Amino acid sequence: MAKTESTLKNMVLTLLVITVIAGASLGFVYKLTKEPIALAKLNKQQTAIKEVVPGFNNNPGEEVLELTSKEGFNIKVFPARKDGELIGVAIETMTNTGFGGDVKIMVGLKPDGTIINYQVLEHKETPGLGTKMDVWFKTDKGHQSVLGKHPEKNNLTVSKDGGEVDAITAATISSRAFLKAVRVAYDTYTENSGKIASAQNSQPTAEGGVQ
Amino acid sequence: MNQWKNFSKGFFKENAVFTLLLGMCPTLGVTSSAINGLGMGLATTFVLVMSNLVVALIKDFIPDKVRIPSFIVVIATFVTIVEMIMQAYLPSLFDALGLFIPLIVVNCVVLGRAEAFASKNSPVSSIIDGLGMGLGFAMALTILGSVRELLGSGKLFGNVIYPDQYGMLVFVLAPGAFIALGYLIAFINRVKEKA
Amino acid sequence: MSYILIVISAIFVNNIVLSQFLGICPFLGVSKKISTGVGMTGAVTFVMVIATIVTYLVQKLVLDPFGLAYLQTISFILVIAALVQLVEIILKKVSPPLYQALGVFLPLITTNCTILGVAIMTIQKDLNLVEAVVFSASTAVGFGLALITFAGIREQLELVDVPKGMRGTPIALIVAGLLALAFMGFAGLV
Repeated sequence: MAKTESTLKNMVLTLLVITVIAGASLGFVYKLTKEPIALAKLNKQQTAIKEVVPGFNNNPGEEVLELTSKEGFNIKVFPARKDGELIGVAIETMTNTGFGGDVKIMVGLKPDGTIINYQVLEHKETPGLGTKMDVWFKTDKGHQSVLGKHPEKNNLTVSKDGGEVDAITAATISSRAFLKAVRVAYDTYTENSGKIASAQNSQPTAEGGVQ
Repeated sequence: MNQWKNFSKGFFKENAVFTLLLGMCPTLGVTSSAINGLGMGLATTFVLVMSNLVVALIKDFIPDKVRIPSFIVVIATFVTIVEMIMQAYLPSLFDALGLFIPLIVVNCVVLGRAEAFASKNSPVSSIIDGLGMGLGFAMALTILGSVRELLGSGKLFGNVIYPDQYGMLVFVLAPGAFIALGYLIAFINRVKEKA
Repeated sequence: MSYILIVISAIFVNNIVLSQFLGICPFLGVSKKISTGVGMTGAVTFVMVIATIVTYLVQKLVLDPFGLAYLQTISFILVIAALVQLVEIILKKVSPPLYQALGVFLPLITTNCTILGVAIMTIQKDLNLVEAVVFSASTAVGFGLALITFAGIREQLELVDVPKGMRGTPIALIVAGLLALAFMGFAGLV
């Protein structure tokens, strides 16, 4: 077959045809994958909430409260309820004082503020040092664990700063950032407990209808 | 050239990473673990095979002067498809590879094969060429990823080989990527000289 | 985010070459001499700032309002490729000396992943237009800093007796590794 000549008309036409075909096929694949992508994102959020506040049977993703902490961070509060009663909150919290910038974690608090569990969502800490935070503060060894502690009753800062938590070896800055993020979550929660409670009050009527 | 040679050249003789030194950005950027290297390699293979095939099919209709832009559109389309599929079905790998998925577009290996091979050969040989080159690239990334993961954190594909406090952390970090690749290429140069 | 923070972060802490692994090809390819390194840096800076502005506008004015964010990769790369051509033509007409200096590097830039990388990062980081300009310019400076430092070392390296298997690329990569190690000292600065 003879090669198409490089006239202006041919060039514009070919490029146009190719781009239109490309655009159309992408639009098609986009439609196909749109739902699975949304589902995958939702799943990730759900698993994180389930891990930090187990045992709820509502849909915390639907009741999410988007708040701003006094430091100006965007905090998301997911109320977890069992049969309409608040059993805890999963709080997506963050701080910007990590070694590599932002540290984002999901922390689960009981209604009184006791830490149930946490999960690290996003960070840029040094691999092998700061990254250990995803298990370090759950490990029941020495004074590492923060699970079951209360941000008000326990002094949740690293031992170097006079607190009662052992910092990650060689990653004090990352540890401070982690504990700070927990603190931000707790402060935002207590400050807005009224709002969270009112959301709870409006809930039974909605759910009462269903039950 | 027979098809077996056409396929196998991508693994050693014309290996994109070790010999031609193409596609270095993802090679260094995503190989902090073996599994990431493999994932990136396979994603690139898919893009390579598909874009090679399409380029070989449409090569006669494309005027010479708009050759490169047309190839780039074809490649970018397949990259976006990979991106969306990965985001939907392999979200954790998608998060790990991050920015490097859209950057497959500017991976010189892909455009290089489209221009140097697929635009001159039949669709069948182009697919085989893409497959060989892509798998060779995937192999190189997996090897580098394994070395870095093993030396850096004492694991291989996530399986613990030795406790990680004995690992040389630097190999997981940026400098280790350069150094590990440097020694790997030196080693391969040595082997080639002897062979 | 304050501008100084963006500048320091882009040049030192998150250096595009040595800690983000973008633009490795030109970093290894055109770093044999300081003079070519300087030329490449100039061309990259020029294209990167313009490309970031244009892709930013494409994203905010075309892709976002029409819900076409999934066409990001394809439209950005086309914009960049067209832009490089355009810059080349305009430069040739308007400023022949500048074209003489940067001309040879321009075609290489389309496949320089720093340009596309920075364009995408700007959108991901949700910067505003001014921040985007500052970010792209300082990223380009960071690229230049790494490239020119590296070229300086490589010029010296030519005179050194390197073991046979290590000559060429391997020793260059190891030097780059040591350079990256030095840049790690900047981590935690911001």
